[in-house]
Amino acid sequence: MTALAPTTPWKAGAKDDYRVCGVTTLKVDMHTERLIIANAVMAVVTLLLGGTAALLIALTRWQAIHLLDATWFYRLLTLHGIDMLVAWIVFFEMAGLHFGSTVLLNARHAAPKLAWLGFIMMTVGGLLVNGVVLFDPQSTVMFTAYVPLKAHPLFYLSYILFAVGALITVITFFINIAVAKREKRFEGSLPLVVFGLMTAAILAVYTLLQGAAAIVPAFLWSLGILQNYDPGIYRNFFWGFGHPAQQVNLAAMVAIWYALAQMTTGIRPINEKFSRLAFILYLFFINLGSAHHLLVDPGLSFAWKAVNTSYAMYLAVLGSMMHAFSIPAAIEVAQRAKGHNKGLFGWLRNAPWGEPGFSGLFMSMIIFGWIGGVTGVTIGTEQINMLAHNTLRLPGHFHATVVGGTTTAFMAFTYYVIPLIFRKELKLKSWAKWQPYVFGGGTILVSLGMITSGLQGVARRNWDITFAGVVPGTVDLTLAIFGIGALIAVTGGIMYITIVLASILTGPRMEAGQLLLVGGKENPLLESTKLTDEQMEHPKNQPKGTLVLVFAFLVWFAVYYLSNWWLLGRTWFIR
Amino acid sequence: MLAPEKLWWKPLGRMEKTWLTVAFVWCVFLTVMMPLWYFYGKQNVPTETYRVTREQFAAKVNEFVTQYQVGDENGIPVVAPPPGSDVYLRASTWQWYPILQLEKGQTYRLHISSMDLQHGFSLQPVNINLQVIPGYDYVATIVPTSAGEFTIVCNEFCNLGHHTMVGKVIVK
Repeated sequence: MTALAPTTPWKAGAKDDYRVCGVTTLKVDMHTERLIIANAVMAVVTLLLGGTAALLIALTRWQAIHLLDATWFYRLLTLHGIDMLVAWIVFFEMAGLHFGSTVLLNARHAAPKLAWLGFIMMTVGGLLVNGVVLFDPQSTVMFTAYVPLKAHPLFYLSYILFAVGALITVITFFINIAVAKREKRFEGSLPLVVFGLMTAAILAVYTLLQGAAAIVPAFLWSLGILQNYDPGIYRNFFWGFGHPAQQVNLAAMVAIWYALAQMTTGIRPINEKFSRLAFILYLFFINLGSAHHLLVDPGLSFAWKAVNTSYAMYLAVLGSMMHAFSIPAAIEVAQRAKGHNKGLFGWLRNAPWGEPGFSGLFMSMIIFGWIGGVTGVTIGTEQINMLAHNTLRLPGHFHATVVGGTTTAFMAFTYYVIPLIFRKELKLKSWAKWQPYVFGGGTILVSLGMITSGLQGVARRNWDITFAGVVPGTVDLTLAIFGIGALIAVTGGIMYITIVLASILTGPRMEAGQLLLVGGKENPLLESTKLTDEQMEHPKNQPKGTLVLVFAFLVWFAVYYLSNWWLLGRTWFIR
Repeated sequence: MLAPEKLWWKPLGRMEKTWLTVAFVWCVFLTVMMPLWYFYGKQNVPTETYRVTREQFAAKVNEFVTQYQVGDENGIPVVAPPPGSDVYLRASTWQWYPILQLEKGQTYRLHISSMDLQHGFSLQPVNINLQVIPGYDYVATIVPTSAGEFTIVCNEFCNLGHHTMVGKVIVK
């Protein structure tokens, strides 16, 4: 670590300035730096709120403990959904968009005032909704606020404020890229990571517009201006927002995966075309997946559901399966080129397992794909959804995607943002080394506990399932697995927040001296540019191990998917 | 993270092609399974739906209960409709009304609707789950294939008493 680097104006006499990062050689716009810090801080604050709620509601559903009363359980469940699914992740993504549209392009932030406006609106909306849920008993309506359940008008207003703020920030992303292109800050195509973030940003635009279509009428309805609001129509628009919002997370997370892989193992994408096509598949087909939530709703035809939920033929799933190959394959090639050539998996054994960026990437990919992806495609199948709708299998699925996948990756990425953008030394490095394993491991138990409970019919969003009197004894076991997993995951979350706070609140600001946190003095990011075509194409360096891994994945996928059809075939006849 | 080389549009390698083909074939299989099951499977998501007002549906439920009531359990009527008939089930906070008594292996047209909020029809331990929305009469043609007592759990949040909303189906 060295003294702070000097800043340079972008143009002679201009107020806007930048610094050059000594580690990555990239130019960092000072507006961007401040915007990233502000968004990251709000992300961590909302994570803390939602995480506290997570602990308390998990300890309530763990039947042996059953901590909260019903009122507080439902209230904190509402809070948990909003803070985690929306606030924490979107704040982090906004930081990512500022980063991707300026720093990675060596460009300036072209619309800082607009970006601050967006940030302020998001902050006001995000904090307001917490207040409304905590202090207004009527507003315990869950994250989904299904009409005709009616919350306080301020509840809807804070959703709208947050969403418009996010939309404004997304617009600054496009402005930045357009200006960077015009000012010739970069040559040729966008870097792959920015391309992925661009996919997320485009998805975000229509996600937020559909959110407006759902929430604005609900706001008017709560004020009494609109008399009737059809619950079926609300569901349609709400999920046009609710599910794509998670797909924004998916695209942003995959972009971060590529970034983490390059920063920790020095990858070069094995084929830019392949990876970019996979992102384009998301762009065109993933929004159709919103229909997942309406599979057992009245009023919709089989054809509509089947076309939509299959993403017009599972083409978005294909996109994810392409990334699932291309990222580990790129790591394998880069590792083999370094000489880790022994056997099928020598490259994996010699990976930097102590480096949080790599372990976070690994845990995130495994949990997202093997648990989240497989269960998601399965319960999103039209007929199979009848077995799963609104049971704990649903939160089991999305805790694997959003918590085990997105959140683990974002947490790991934060450890690099602190020295490179906050310009603070990362404290508690030995904690950071373990944190992805603790958090990811806990999340695996949470997901598996929820999924196995849901398979036995346990409903989600239910304070006490024993009222139903149909709960087999094994449910006590599976709910306990969920509860213990939650304790471990929350421990991982506390480790994360402690590391972040200890780093940013103590010690002087200074320039980072190296990229890796525990893995040594190397700089994989810069070394990745030295990988030659000959090395990439050398027969000895081909990703044979990855091919074995993805085929193993496919076998597991098929087993889980087909056994669900078998389960469905055993239930009552229904049409 | 860094800008790619100028020309990155290159043909795919052998392994990428292999995986892409296999993954695509799997996606086609996933897609085909749904229409296949639609035509040959015995368990399909009901699609028959009618618009209905709360009053209309409540009247139908009452008429149905008067016609076929055979008993009473804690104030809730037990209703035994003949096989093949239209069966009505009313969801409201926090009650399923009435208790249904069906025969194993017979077909029924089960109408479900809500009087107030959205509810979730979750038949346990059979584990069939459907969304119940006010204003929509959702018709499921069902054949109970097992006998015994079954519970209807509400699995859509419907305010603070949600977890107490439990109903019953008896199959003889």
